[in-house]
Amino acid sequence: MSSPRRRTTGFVLAGLLVALLVAGVGSWYASSSPDGLESAAEQHGFAETARDSAVADSPLADYGVAGVSDGRLSGGLAGVTGVLVVLALAGGLTLVLRRRTAPAPETPDSLPAGQG
Amino acid sequence: MHVPDGFLDPTTSAATAAVAAAGVALALRGARRELDERTAPMAGLTAAFVFAVQMMNFPVAAGTSGHLIGGALTAILVGPWTAVLCMTVVLLVQAVVFADGGLTALGTNVTLMALVAVAVGYAVFRVLVVLLPRTRVGLLVAAGVGAFLSVPVAALAFVGLFSLGGVADVALGTVAATMGGVHLLIGLGEAAISVAVLSAVLTVRPDLVRGARHLQRDVVLAPRPPAAHPVPVADAS
Repeated sequence: MSSPRRRTTGFVLAGLLVALLVAGVGSWYASSSPDGLESAAEQHGFAETARDSAVADSPLADYGVAGVSDGRLSGGLAGVTGVLVVLALAGGLTLVLRRRTAPAPETPDSLPAGQG
Repeated sequence: MHVPDGFLDPTTSAATAAVAAAGVALALRGARRELDERTAPMAGLTAAFVFAVQMMNFPVAAGTSGHLIGGALTAILVGPWTAVLCMTVVLLVQAVVFADGGLTALGTNVTLMALVAVAVGYAVFRVLVVLLPRTRVGLLVAAGVGAFLSVPVAALAFVGLFSLGGVADVALGTVAATMGGVHLLIGLGEAAISVAVLSAVLTVRPDLVRGARHLQRDVVLAPRPPAAHPVPVADAS
């Protein structure tokens, strides 16, 4: 049932470049207005019940790099870092969970139909 | 709509953390069926892409902004169980590294954006895929409606949690109206971004969109050879 399996490397690299550009450059142009939840909280008077996160002083808190004074550079570096960290964690997790192309011997029931 | 620490009381936060943990545990099992050599790198890329696009807050009304959640988009691209894991990784990194969304609220945010948004977005998508024409346009409409609805439903789910364990004593009806209203607008942005991204991927590599497999199968079955009808040949002798 499978069409010829095309490689995904080129697509993944191109997609990663887009993500890096969005996070590193595009985020300069993001709106800095409060989001829907913050705005509703302010409007209805419960915004003050929010407490600072325990990591509010972390070096990348609020999508800026501590010590980098240029706002665009700081936000861009934070965004690029975040993209790479998410890629590593999510990609690593899904690579660990994936089915190997050669069926693993301990899971004979996972053989796909139509391979024989 | 990243919920900060403090909005919900410890009991409610603990309850949502338990729900989130159960959902992620189920997803760790379910995702094994969705992931293979080809889809695993796609899942990593999709998570990274969602993180990037979540930084792009767009204005929705006077003084208010919103951004993509990405639950529906991710589920359609890589499958619903894998989407739960991708969204959870995004929310975890945002909370731990970027202080976006509280640490004690991480379970709440995973419940709202990795479970509710993915489940609603993907369920609506699947129902509409069955009802609508089996075409690319039908698929994109189904994706757009699923993405759109996932946002206000997740927002109202927060209001539901707030009614159970909100620290502040405020009129819930008006909070629900405000949250629902503004997230209907944000949902329009969610639908637009999701449809644009899916449309682009369908143009370049339709085989990499898990939710579009029914379209692929049609293409493979379409050129059935005419030799399947051998009646005239039999008459000739």
